Amino acid sequence: MVGQRKWSRRTAAIVFLTPALLCLLAFQLLPMASSIIISFTDWDLLTHWTKMNFIGWDNYAQVFREEKSYTAIRNVFVFLLGYLPSIVVLGTLLAVLLNRPIRGVKLYRAAVFVPVITSWVAVSIVWRWLLNGQSGLINYLLAQVGIQGPIWLQDDFWAMVAIILVTLWKDIGFVSIILLAGLQDISVDYYEAAELDGASPWSKLWRITVPMLSPTLYFVVTISLINSFQLFVQVLIMTNGGPAGATSTIVEQVYRNAFQFNKMGFASAQSWVLLLIILVTTLALQQLQRRWVVYDR
Amino acid sequence: MTGSKKRAADLAAHLFLTLLAVALTFPFLWMLLGAFKDNLEVVAMPPRLLPSSWNFDNFAEIEGYFPLYRFFANSALVAVATTLLQLAICTMAAYVFAKIAFKGRQGLFVLFLTTMMIPAQVTLVPLFILFSRTDLIDTYAGLILPGIFSAYGTFLLRQSIMTIPNELMEAAFIDGASYYRVFFSVIVPLVKPTLSALSIFAFMSSWDNFLWPLIAVNSKELMTLPLGLSKLQGQWSTEWNLLMAGNVVSFVPIFIVFLFAQRYFIKGITMTGIK
Repeated sequence: MVGQRKWSRRTAAIVFLTPALLCLLAFQLLPMASSIIISFTDWDLLTHWTKMNFIGWDNYAQVFREEKSYTAIRNVFVFLLGYLPSIVVLGTLLAVLLNRPIRGVKLYRAAVFVPVITSWVAVSIVWRWLLNGQSGLINYLLAQVGIQGPIWLQDDFWAMVAIILVTLWKDIGFVSIILLAGLQDISVDYYEAAELDGASPWSKLWRITVPMLSPTLYFVVTISLINSFQLFVQVLIMTNGGPAGATSTIVEQVYRNAFQFNKMGFASAQSWVLLLIILVTTLALQQLQRRWVVYDR
Repeated sequence: MTGSKKRAADLAAHLFLTLLAVALTFPFLWMLLGAFKDNLEVVAMPPRLLPSSWNFDNFAEIEGYFPLYRFFANSALVAVATTLLQLAICTMAAYVFAKIAFKGRQGLFVLFLTTMMIPAQVTLVPLFILFSRTDLIDTYAGLILPGIFSAYGTFLLRQSIMTIPNELMEAAFIDGASYYRVFFSVIVPLVKPTLSALSIFAFMSSWDNFLWPLIAVNSKELMTLPLGLSKLQGQWSTEWNLLMAGNVVSFVPIFIVFLFAQRYFIKGITMTGIK
């Protein structure tokens, strides 16, 4: 009886796990293994895969030789510099406001969420229109207050600014909803005790809210960081990486090299370099985390 | 805090939130209004807020250039199939990881978790090669398959199934239920809230997916909405009224889901940190 149960347990485990395992194998492990192999070949998709040549570390050397790689990496860090601090600060402020028990707060929360549920392709198209140098609404509004707007997406400085602003616009609702949940986990007792001691709103923010929220903030920073490294759709649609590479990103180059220039080996090497950068940055963040994230409550 | 001070603070909060809400929803409203304008109004300077007449011509005209409603049907098919398969596969695996012990399970689970950290573009090239070698490029199956498994989903469901008391399962076993029976009549009903949240996200990320359809589909007949819209904007880069009509069509289903399931959206986001 017991033996039978054990046997049926094993069968059940196999039956329930097999679909997931097959998917993991076919869509993750196998592709990853072949990606490593391809990154050491000169394969270009046009020749039959049996005829590809192993060229050692050449692709990786080429990644570091190419000017474009540095442009893309630099662009992503410029993006991060503008995006990351802004999304954290603005997201926190918005979350604090949304946490106030005021009338209509549910409506505000829903409004903030609209950009989050709109697809990136739609968002990029709308903003291409809004930011159009001649017929765009943004420059029209700027002109009303006496500012001559730039040509945004065609300007090599303002194009990146535009990408940062649009990504902020799209993501702020998402970030603030996560932070809002973090805020709601903070017990009101702390604030009541602080108020009895006559604490100012400012010191309550820095001495209660920020430390108590730090694990959620860390989570938000990590997610935003990883998403930033994968910057792609908005760039492809709004600027196509231009003007003159000013908004070119790593994923955009992997895509272009692989699927427009057929350089499969080179693109694979690039994607591994990207993974390495993500890994190093995330680990660095993990180290920093110990300094400012407060886990014990 | 005194009453008047609190009122002033509330007023300030209202002011800020209203400004932000306008800034965050206006571009979206502009898109909606743009979808009803004609091709001259849409580029008129100074811009007009409201269309001179509310006509639905754009929604019909776009079909003349691009099979938008075919894209819509493709997107719907792919998103629904992806969501259903993903939920089924992830729940089944999560059941094993939470409740059916066997040797090596822990190691396998760690392997699952590790793949969560691999960004999609690392597997993009080989996945494309795999799919083209198996003739899955330019097929519905090719669009659906890469999305039917999610390590993240498995992880979340496992956490949720872990909270189900073992006694509940034991009682079912004593009544003569099998592992399969327990799965359907104990596990699945009890993790419904997690399943709802997860299904919204699976649906939304499939609906929005752009990178994979971009490389997995060549023919117009199989394009999904994001891909179709991006091609449309490449060809008619200044026909803003038509592009906005297309955007509106792509936004409607997600918006409807959002209206009816806002609670699950929020829950899903705070639970998973995915969008």
